[in-house]
Amino acid sequence: MFKCKTSPEVGGMGHSVKRKEDARFLHGKGKYTDDVKLPGMLHMVIVRSPYAYAKILSINKEKALAIDGVLAVITGEDLAQYNLHWMPTLLSDSQMVLPTDTVMHQSQEVCAVIATDRYIAVDGAEAVDVQYEPMKAIVNPFKALDEDAPLLRPDKEGQKDNHIYHWERGEREKTDAAIAAADVVVKERIHLPRIHVASIETCGVVASYDKDTEKMLIYLTSQAPHAIRTILALVAGHVGLSEEKIRIIAPDIGGGFGGKVPVYPGYVIAIAASFLIGKPVKWIEDRSENLVNGFARDYHMDCELAATKDGKIQAFKVSTLADHGYTDSSANPSKYPTGMFSICTGSYDYEHAFAELDAVYTNKAPGGVAYRCSFRVTEAVHAIERMVDKLAAEIGKDPAQLRFENFIKKEDFPYASPLGWSYDSGDYKQTLEKAMDMIGYADYKKEQAEKRAQGKLMGIGICTFTEVVGAGPSKDFDILGIKMFDSAEIRVHPTGKALARFGTKSQGQGHETTYAQILAEELGIPYTDIEIDEGDTDTAPYGLGTYASRSTPTAGAAAAIAARKLRDKGKKIAAHLLEVSEEDIEWEVGKYFVKGAPEKSKTIQDVAFAAYTNFPEGMEPGFEATHYYDPPNLTFPNGAYICVVEVEEETGAIDVKRFVAIDDCGNIINPMIVEGQIHGGLTQGIAPAMYEGIVYDDEGNVLNGTLMDYLVPTAVESPHWETGHTITPSPHHPLGAKGVAESPTVGAPPAIANAIIDALYPLGIKHLDIPITPDKVWDAIQVAKAKA
Amino acid sequence: MAKHKVTMTINGKSVTAEVDSRLLLVHFIRENLDMTGTHIGCDTSSCGACTILIDGKSVKSCTYLTVRADGADITTIEGIAVEGTNHPLQKAFHDQHGLHCGFCTPGMIMRSIDLLKTNPNPTEKEIRWGISGNLCRCTGYNNIVKSVQQAAAEMAKEKEASV
Ligand code: FES
Ligand code: FES
Repeated sequence: MFKCKTSPEVGGMGHSVKRKEDARFLHGKGKYTDDVKLPGMLHMVIVRSPYAYAKILSINKEKALAIDGVLAVITGEDLAQYNLHWMPTLLSDSQMVLPTDTVMHQSQEVCAVIATDRYIAVDGAEAVDVQYEPMKAIVNPFKALDEDAPLLRPDKEGQKDNHIYHWERGEREKTDAAIAAADVVVKERIHLPRIHVASIETCGVVASYDKDTEKMLIYLTSQAPHAIRTILALVAGHVGLSEEKIRIIAPDIGGGFGGKVPVYPGYVIAIAASFLIGKPVKWIEDRSENLVNGFARDYHMDCELAATKDGKIQAFKVSTLADHGYTDSSANPSKYPTGMFSICTGSYDYEHAFAELDAVYTNKAPGGVAYRCSFRVTEAVHAIERMVDKLAAEIGKDPAQLRFENFIKKEDFPYASPLGWSYDSGDYKQTLEKAMDMIGYADYKKEQAEKRAQGKLMGIGICTFTEVVGAGPSKDFDILGIKMFDSAEIRVHPTGKALARFGTKSQGQGHETTYAQILAEELGIPYTDIEIDEGDTDTAPYGLGTYASRSTPTAGAAAAIAARKLRDKGKKIAAHLLEVSEEDIEWEVGKYFVKGAPEKSKTIQDVAFAAYTNFPEGMEPGFEATHYYDPPNLTFPNGAYICVVEVEEETGAIDVKRFVAIDDCGNIINPMIVEGQIHGGLTQGIAPAMYEGIVYDDEGNVLNGTLMDYLVPTAVESPHWETGHTITPSPHHPLGAKGVAESPTVGAPPAIANAIIDALYPLGIKHLDIPITPDKVWDAIQVAKAKA
Repeated sequence: MAKHKVTMTINGKSVTAEVDSRLLLVHFIRENLDMTGTHIGCDTSSCGACTILIDGKSVKSCTYLTVRADGADITTIEGIAVEGTNHPLQKAFHDQHGLHCGFCTPGMIMRSIDLLKTNPNPTEKEIRWGISGNLCRCTGYNNIVKSVQQAAAEMAKEKEASV
């Protein structure tokens, strides 16, 4: 277990100190993008396509422009004059900012109305007359590659069909051979549906161009302001928006979960409008725009898991069809178009694996960004964890036992996975044992046997996942060429208080507290004396931002190393003040002392003061340090989750009785915050498992584009979560930390799905895709009964 | 657009204004009065981010016309405690880590004030149902429930002390 080195007052690692950022939020004084109000600010509302696929015949602005207060209607033709009607996606595909001839998905941006007031802008949007010629949309991704499927992207040179790319990892022949030779092979097609992060704050922007200074100030709901500034400079440099003239401020963010990583067309239109008009322009998405114009997941995975007859796993193969919508705008590192999907071999030790994926265009919104896990780990973990359970059921072995028999052993770390990762650390056996103890696994097994004897449906589901976060080492990881390091800059003031700035951006994770705790741990300056600042590209050091659980693994590490640089400088100053040589100085949290004479000491505050007032001759004055951290490897958090459910046969209603989550995220900075992150992630795990999924009809209309029918769990659907930890520190992270926020979203859905299927197994039901809703269960029960 | 004169009390202060008949109360509070603690998270009365108190009852202000609030007594998150102090719910949300991004928090607190007024000693289940009109995407609700429980206990103690 982790032992705190600092007192609660200093508040270093391991202390559950209360959050420093709370006060403003509790008093209604948070400052979110929609709270920004600038003099002369105009409002933008977007006209969107009612069709999934249509030619635009005409856009008539006249009636809109006749409304008092409507100043402009911006179309694709208008932007085309500046060559701003298309933009690149993060994966080097292209996306329309505004169309000039064709709309490719329902709710796509068609044109934008700028007015003096939001209500008038809405009037204007309603008055714009757009004529369309609807075409037959491709909705089913399996039909996208049919011979007679229309070519959706004739604009792309060399594009002959709707196939975007093929990707593969591992050894196909050897894996096929191992599967062919195995005693037992279980197969399943598993779909992870389109879902949306639906942060309670939608996306938005206030763009303000000053024609005199030529500076573009942008308040943006962005998890990655620095990267967005660079992209903007690359896209709009030719009209004069060069990088030093662009300042992006990401103010308080009302939840991100990956949905605030991309550049949305609305941002670009508002920025272009402000640039052209010379006044501030605000655009705030409404909820339906938010829910319908982006997505995560949407992988159809054909899985095969092979094993010996007593359950020793031998090979895993997964072939995936990915529905990307009309453009590939996934937010993945350049060399990883499928993110970290190749983590799909899971927590188990076996030799052969092969994963391949084909991505296709359809007439749906682009996205593939994130839902508290952008890098496709959720898909990967769902595939392996469902298949492991299916194998256990097939051979009649307890799924916990099957896992124990196949786990990678503690002593096998670092472990080279069959698809090329080097897992850094873990103790999977201990973690699952702890989860089983906490929930009382053996007792539930007994209860289940009794209930089954009475004809009742009760299920127990396990998921033992391995995550991969903290992207990433520069040799492999970049976004549009920019390496995925992150940064920290620390200034300790003469009075011993400090300001630290980061390239990341909190969206509720509590960085203002946890980063201060890291510095408190390393420097001994109380966390309350340290201000944390992020999100302003004019002041913060460059970094790739906060997503994919990367802040602690990257910027957190940068903070520790920058602090250690300061400590080294401080040592020289202390030696000078204590009139001994540097070798005679020792450090203990918060102070330097003379070896063998601990009464002769200087505090970090004394040293900071001396750095400005009494430093050794020849030394550079000041007490500041910066570090850009390039991680040597990723980190591999892991966990064991167990869920107990009861299903009512008559109605299909599912009752989650218990849910226990044991996480190993390495050393913990603030246990209270980590636990809070896990609670939140678990609710975002039950959401796709039982409630959420974007539904399309055959014409490509979204059927659940509001919060009335897209079911975000409330406090009633969300169970009481029970959490705990094991700790195996990351061997290569300076603090031994691993990152945590996405683990629960990754681990919960298969645990819940496994529990529900386990409950239904006596009826002969062997698989259901998530979301597993009561009506889906009820239908499956009727089919199963009819068969029986 | 027809204009209407409205007068109401907001956080103890009287406010008079000429407003469009279609102006939603949440916009009146945020845009006209520049009090941005009341948030907007949807347009279907689903999320509760806009919850305020009208004559002591929690109401979603995103689907409430300003003209309808003529003569009303309104409280927003900015008005539940004297500046520099905390309402027991504000303190409890801080103590129990009942907020992450803070976007749902004002609405959650305003709803919880009403909940504890009508049911000062709610069970966990009653709290969960009581706040089920308010969505939080960050916290998973465990700690929001705990926050409401802490505040209920503290408010009960305060009440006892004042009798
Ligand atoms: S903004 Fe009022 S309920 Fe969502
Ligand atoms: S704290 Fe973010 S929505 Fe509740």
